[in-house]
Amino acid sequence: MFESPTLQTLTDYNIWIALPAIALAFGTMFLLVIDVFLPANRKHWTPILALVGIGISFLINLFTYNPEQTSTFGGMFVADAFTGFLNIVVLITAFISVLLSTDYLRRTETNHGEYYILLLLSATGAMFMVGANDLIVIFIGLELLSIPLYILSAFRVTYTDDRDATFVLKSEESGMKYFILGAFSSAFLVYGSALLFGATGTTNLREIFAAVGPILESSAENSGALLLLIGAALSLVGLGFKIAAVPFHMWTPDVYEGAPTPITAYMSVAAKVGGFAALFRLMIVGLSGLTLDAGVDPAAWQGTIQVIAAVTLILGNFVALSQTNIKRMLAYSSIAHAGYILMAVAAVGSAGLVPDIANTAAQAGLVYLLAYAFTNLGAFAVVLALENNDGTGTELSDFNGLYNSRPMLALAMALFMFSLTGIPLTAGFMGKWLVFSAAVQAGLIPLTIIGVLTSVISAFYYVRVIVNMFLLTEDEGSPAVGETAPVRYAVYASMAGVLIVGIAVPLVTNLVNMVSLV
Amino acid sequence: MTLQAFAPIGVLIIIALIIGVIILMISRVFGPHNPSFRKNAPYESGMKPIGPGTRRMPVKFYLVAVLFIIFDVEVIFFMPWAVAMRDLGVYGLIVMGVFTLILVVGFIYEWKKGALEWE
Repeated sequence: MFESPTLQTLTDYNIWIALPAIALAFGTMFLLVIDVFLPANRKHWTPILALVGIGISFLINLFTYNPEQTSTFGGMFVADAFTGFLNIVVLITAFISVLLSTDYLRRTETNHGEYYILLLLSATGAMFMVGANDLIVIFIGLELLSIPLYILSAFRVTYTDDRDATFVLKSEESGMKYFILGAFSSAFLVYGSALLFGATGTTNLREIFAAVGPILESSAENSGALLLLIGAALSLVGLGFKIAAVPFHMWTPDVYEGAPTPITAYMSVAAKVGGFAALFRLMIVGLSGLTLDAGVDPAAWQGTIQVIAAVTLILGNFVALSQTNIKRMLAYSSIAHAGYILMAVAAVGSAGLVPDIANTAAQAGLVYLLAYAFTNLGAFAVVLALENNDGTGTELSDFNGLYNSRPMLALAMALFMFSLTGIPLTAGFMGKWLVFSAAVQAGLIPLTIIGVLTSVISAFYYVRVIVNMFLLTEDEGSPAVGETAPVRYAVYASMAGVLIVGIAVPLVTNLVNMVSLV
Repeated sequence: MTLQAFAPIGVLIIIALIIGVIILMISRVFGPHNPSFRKNAPYESGMKPIGPGTRRMPVKFYLVAVLFIIFDVEVIFFMPWAVAMRDLGVYGLIVMGVFTLILVVGFIYEWKKGALEWE
């Protein structure tokens, strides 16, 4: 039953394919020890070493990037183009977030080395999640991704005299709310996994795929199909919390508003990358064969995801219209963007009817995630530059006349807002275009119409920020106390990313075309 | 795998519930019923409670309990490895070495941060 591996067979275990994640994990632990022994006047080395660790992991990821699918840990972890691509997205996100954090922590008096270690641990969790090919690894990756984020959300709690200040209370509320709801949603995911295991007798996604067919054929005399359906639904609920899809989005605005701004930037991207990676793997590799009538019907979960995507798009975009705080507005906008990526997941459901749609849709989702990462990180970087030390300065009216005082920041913010809207020549356009075309290919016409209409509506609140910055010139403009060198580099990097993904399209599509999950 | 396979467990749960309810009902209906303050006390024999159970206590106890659990779990993971150590060979040794290394990092951290100091 169990053959213990020996050192001679260790080379067959391919552990090196998980090396980017393992390297980051070991780098993080190394950093933890170093940070504890650093004297107080040399603490500024911690973020630099964190950046070095991310860079090393990034280089290893480039060298081990291999479109051929290989697996390790007994098939629990796979490395393919999907893993490699999303690893890049996660590492870029972590890198930019560290850049945003250094000066922010110093000026808000929360400069603890643990911050960077928790951030890197969370990135490690995301990297294990994107390569997970097993329900258990998905769960462990999700926890490793989430638990540091619960702590980081509450990181603005200081021990100074103003511990009753609004931003401290909001940060506490944010961490607590995220923790309780996140734990709750993890329970859903575990229950769903348990039911999937109960129905198929395995936690490996490929074996689940192989087991689904026979269960459906013999479903007349057993209840396996019912277990599969309930398991898939509960897993969807659990992952839906993490990606903030409506109706599981309630925590998002409060947590995003209360958390420190660099963490908001980080988790609005990394948590979504992890959640969507798991969702794509689970739905494509594991459950794409879960149809009630093979060859005629789409996958049984397609209808549900379509409804969730439609509701997410409508609610996210409409509620964002009425927000006056930019962090809350971007929170609702991130909910809406989860809806667009969910359109790609829904398109996967037609895998049994439309040839090659699963890979097309997964590729569209990946490009969208990359575009969203650059754009959202950039937008939050500008918000962070304008935010005062006491957490104010994040109202929409604080953007009034920004072009007069800080033309560079205003131009950058305008670019990010255009990209979030989906104007051509920006990254957001590429993402939306690929996702919509995948949805049309899959025959989801009503959903695509909703997607197009809501993205027109979204233009209203994104352009309002631009109007505030450029046309309301009678105002002084924000002092932009947070605009320091690292933040400026982060803004430039995000701008470069948005423009490269939007203009140098073949660069990204060549990378993504190697992705094939089935 | 069918749900019917779990039917005996369901039957057991139902029977246990019914028997429990019946026993409680019987003693309630036929037995004498004279409650007094003494009888309703949390511990009928033994010391009197000296206060509510949810009073405030130093957070240090909590910290020690958390740190204890980590190393408690570590020992639990060592046990199955110790049992199968000869079968797992050098591979098992390396894997446990990595596991221990991760815990030692945490140990260094908590020591250096002063979590083990009582005052």
